[in-house]
Amino acid sequence: MKPLNPVVAACPPSGIRRFFDIAASMDDVISLGVGEPDYVTPWRVREAGIAALEEGLTTYTSNAGLLELREAICADLEQRYQVRYQPDGECLITSGVSEGLDLALRVLLEPGDEVLVPDPCYVAYGPCVSFAGGTPVYVATSSADGFRLHADAIAAAVTPRTKAILIGSPANPTGAVQSREDLAALTDVAVRHDLYLISDEIYERLCYDGPHTCLASLPGARERTVLLGGFSKAHAMTGWRVGFLCAPAPVAELAGRIHQYTMLCASHVSQAAAVEALKGGEGDVRLMVADYDRRRRVFVKGLREIGLDCPEPGGAFYAFPSVAATGLSSQEFAERLLLAEHVAVVPGDVFGPSGAGHVRCCYATAMTQLEEALTRMDRFIRGL
Amino acid sequence: MQEIIDILMHDGRATPERIAVMTGLDAEAVREQIASLERDGIIRRYKAVVDLERLREATGAEVVTALIDVSVSPERGAGFDGVAARIAQFPEVRSVQLVSGGQDLRCTVTGSSMHEVGDFVARKLATIDRVTATATHFVMKTYKDDGELLIEGPGDHRLVMAP
Repeated sequence: MKPLNPVVAACPPSGIRRFFDIAASMDDVISLGVGEPDYVTPWRVREAGIAALEEGLTTYTSNAGLLELREAICADLEQRYQVRYQPDGECLITSGVSEGLDLALRVLLEPGDEVLVPDPCYVAYGPCVSFAGGTPVYVATSSADGFRLHADAIAAAVTPRTKAILIGSPANPTGAVQSREDLAALTDVAVRHDLYLISDEIYERLCYDGPHTCLASLPGARERTVLLGGFSKAHAMTGWRVGFLCAPAPVAELAGRIHQYTMLCASHVSQAAAVEALKGGEGDVRLMVADYDRRRRVFVKGLREIGLDCPEPGGAFYAFPSVAATGLSSQEFAERLLLAEHVAVVPGDVFGPSGAGHVRCCYATAMTQLEEALTRMDRFIRGL
Repeated sequence: MQEIIDILMHDGRATPERIAVMTGLDAEAVREQIASLERDGIIRRYKAVVDLERLREATGAEVVTALIDVSVSPERGAGFDGVAARIAQFPEVRSVQLVSGGQDLRCTVTGSSMHEVGDFVARKLATIDRVTATATHFVMKTYKDDGELLIEGPGDHRLVMAP
């Protein structure tokens, strides 16, 4: 047989598979290893999905997605962030941010182009850059300053091949929220070196210590930014697979061209449900966000009390404590904790080398479970 | 203030220390606010939300609940308040509310049997001066009570680990 695509073949398999298999064999696991809300999609949205099925909305939509949904998204972005996109021509409904990210990279990259990516970052960033023919170049960030993105570190990594900077704020896995000033400085770097910005803002509603900064809203950013967002996290709609890509017309148009041939359109039922999420779901979002914030405060304090140093996670629903004090690597910590106490966390090094020595804990889990997890983790650490 | 109430309405056992951590407020400040809420009668008491059907299955303890619509001819000066206050005095009566619609007061009455509740309505409630009619609706099944879903909700379908 002829060889398979070497780029894909070179992509390492998921670093959490091993843990998944162990955890799946236990029946009393408390999983802090998830990456989605513990809420089921709020009923009003599920009900809208059911109504869409009953109405027979089972067809394709236009390639760009339901105009009503694009209009609602653009109105929402304008209202909350004063950033304007044309629903027709600058907004595309995607199958989640995952598809939007893939589209953005495929539109922007030529073979060999480099993309600057923070380390640690969401596991898909690097592979998606590679699959699109580019090369991810990781820029280390540190727990010492809460995983801030330093413009000078980004600038120092720029080469003549650099095409874009890909960031996520609030971030998976760290929960870090980049300040407006740091994002402005990052934008300056992009302007100075004529780079595109890809901004994964899937966690934008989950900001606890202040308002989210939409990257495209910063002076000079919009014309070079691809804004990715969606419904999965804020509206607890991970399984619906619906998100959006907003970008200046030339970029959005080409993204739409790939989308029309590869995805055709996002799920019609999911788009109809997303319309309801935007138009009627604000109360549900506020309740869920308030609840995550309370769990965040309890959980982060608890981690610190059992001796794990934890940078303040200002957003998303992850804490990313250091396990250095235990003398264990993140892989050892995660595996031994799972085997000994049946608590699943994700070792930080799967998100990049700078994640080593940390574990990612998702606190989107019932408060009683979080407390029990802390009790078990404490017992585990004291038993080392 | 509202956030403390939100937390306590969901979990009456949340301690001031816990609420302080959840909200980022000082524990002493939370304690004072709760004390003032209690003093002002805004927080009346703390209780458990019980699934009576499960309780019956577990212990055989029967609790019969009825919603009773009461028609009242209002008093000059006091309206419905006098009659409502009389009805509210009975320990069998769990709630009394003035409502819009065809009837005037809606009451929740509990007892250990339908006979007991029916007897209470006939002998105590319907005989109150100015009560002109009653309509008793026995509760057959409770699906949701006090914001708590008592039917099986969807389980946790999440994968144990995901990036």
